[in-house]
Amino acid sequence: MAKYIVKRVILAIITLFLICFITFFLMNAIPGGPFNGEKAKSEAVLAALNAKYGLDKPVGIQFINYMKNLLHGDFGVSLKTQRDIATTIRESFKVSAKIGGIAIIVALICGIVLGAVAALNRNKWPDHVIIFFVTLFTAMPSFVAASFLLLIFCIQLQWVPVWSTEHPSYVLPVIALSLSPMAYITRLTKTSMLDVLGQDYIRTARAKGVRPIKVIFVHALRNALIPVITYVGPLTASILTGSLVVEKIFTIGGLGSKFVDSITNRDYPMIMGTTIFLAFIMVLMNLLSDLVYKLVDPRIQLD
Amino acid sequence: MSENYSIPAPKKHPLSLQIDPALFEKATDEEKKQTDVMAESTTFFKDGMRRLRKNPLAVFSFWVLVVLIMIMLFAPMVVPYSYEEIITVEGVRDKGAANLAPFQYSAKEQAYMDKYGVRIFPHIMGTDELCRDYFIRVVYGTRVSFLVGIFASLMVLVIGTIYGAISGYFGGKVDLIMMRIVDIIYSLPDLLVIILLSVVFKETMDFSSVPVVGKLGTNMVSMFIVFGLLYWVGMARMVRGEIMGIKQNEYVLAAKSMGASGSRIIRRHILPNCLSVIIIMTAQEIPAAIFTESYLSFIGLGVALPMPSLGSLANAARSGMQSYPWKLVFPAASIVLIVLAFNLIGDAMRDAFDPKLKN
Repeated sequence: MAKYIVKRVILAIITLFLICFITFFLMNAIPGGPFNGEKAKSEAVLAALNAKYGLDKPVGIQFINYMKNLLHGDFGVSLKTQRDIATTIRESFKVSAKIGGIAIIVALICGIVLGAVAALNRNKWPDHVIIFFVTLFTAMPSFVAASFLLLIFCIQLQWVPVWSTEHPSYVLPVIALSLSPMAYITRLTKTSMLDVLGQDYIRTARAKGVRPIKVIFVHALRNALIPVITYVGPLTASILTGSLVVEKIFTIGGLGSKFVDSITNRDYPMIMGTTIFLAFIMVLMNLLSDLVYKLVDPRIQLD
Repeated sequence: MSENYSIPAPKKHPLSLQIDPALFEKATDEEKKQTDVMAESTTFFKDGMRRLRKNPLAVFSFWVLVVLIMIMLFAPMVVPYSYEEIITVEGVRDKGAANLAPFQYSAKEQAYMDKYGVRIFPHIMGTDELCRDYFIRVVYGTRVSFLVGIFASLMVLVIGTIYGAISGYFGGKVDLIMMRIVDIIYSLPDLLVIILLSVVFKETMDFSSVPVVGKLGTNMVSMFIVFGLLYWVGMARMVRGEIMGIKQNEYVLAAKSMGASGSRIIRRHILPNCLSVIIIMTAQEIPAAIFTESYLSFIGLGVALPMPSLGSLANAARSGMQSYPWKLVFPAASIVLIVLAFNLIGDAMRDAFDPKLKN
């Protein structure tokens, strides 16, 4: 186990370093420095600015400096707003994390319940209805779901108010974010539940006269949920990338919309900082879900 | 014979199972027929296709795709508008033709039709804010989606299969190193890297002079490059796993002991046996690629203007969503329809071609 943890942590660190590396050098490959704005600056001013921000040094040294700052939690300064990127990320991520966190919980709970219901009613109408919607939602990109939700419930029916900072309404963004991961979790739970229900120990439990409720929840569902744990990592990634468009559609000032804005504004330090931050969360969640997976099920071979 | 029957020969050994053949009756021709193989021998591909045809959802999805492809290919020949052309009436730009509802005509067009008694080709999906026919733009957006899906899945097919085959066939150290690389690529958050590469390519590369590619725009090229760089790892892993398993089979050993060459073993014994996995993975890659393209177009990293894409159309439609909801509905519904059809076919293919699931 310890060996496995060490191996996984090392892989995660390599991945993160690689992401920083790729991000830094890709952003540096773009011609034109950060100070080549609309207003032409004199050579002396440019040189002074470059020296101030350490941009006159070779790229390798710049990278090392960037990494050093990164480890101290310093992401640099945004070109557009001149604000500290770490502060911007921290503030806007609060909003995103709240919506994303609720979306993850909603997706997990609804997905597991629907998957279990579908598996227990195999080939009956609840199964067919659930699978119909699951198939539909997996084919629906998050921006389509979000736009339709906004169109129907905010604009046409006016049931839900449009997002504002004073009166945040989490319902629609959360639904938009959680629909497609929920569909995937439903599928996953159904397959795994069907697999478990066919096992010998379920038959034994039933033969012993254990109450059906107990068989379903204690014997079947607990074992069926193990594959779902591995999906928590990719689930986080999918919710984070989904938040880029969903926040834009609902005009929520979270990290996702900040990231998209920085792309349109060509705010390279901001793109860099946000990418690294998002990647860090994704890698971390992947690592955690993998470790929990091995912890929960001792039958899984550690290789 | 009857002699033998009447006087059974003494057994040579009390425990021997020595059976007298004369005790048996010859099978009649009719009885012999029962052991004949009744089903015609089929190839793997034919067998899979037969099962695929039995799946009503797959057949329906197939026809939906056929209809979509037909519209996609022939609509630009029928519809007299082009995707970047502003509607003109009698050679004059019609500024009143913005944001028309489906099948609606602008005032100028109506006047023209009344004057000459002719019919102008209707705007099946209305027009956009720049007075362009929306139907033809959605058609071109669909073309982009299909092109991305098919091209990306082909790239995944070629790179993934070759990489996985090499790694799986040689095994050992080669496999170890190749799979570590796959592990690392696999753990990269792909969409973030795609966004990053798109941003960089947008600034640094210029393909506008290259014939077909230029029209699609740099972002499309960067998307293809990224698909080539990142998306093949899933395929490589699957192919490698399959080959590792197939390599252990006795028939491979038999072929080897009979002196078959390595390339013959790969061609005749290994590749046909992992064909099912390759087909299934390729089919599932198409909707995934279409998804990614529409997502990137939506956040403004897709095809270059004025070429439309379903994602960028949906994004542009957001601003006027309250007044012109159909501008959002048409491209969004097209994406859902295409991805749904491909998904259903992909699932049906998995059921039809995966021998492990055969009942």
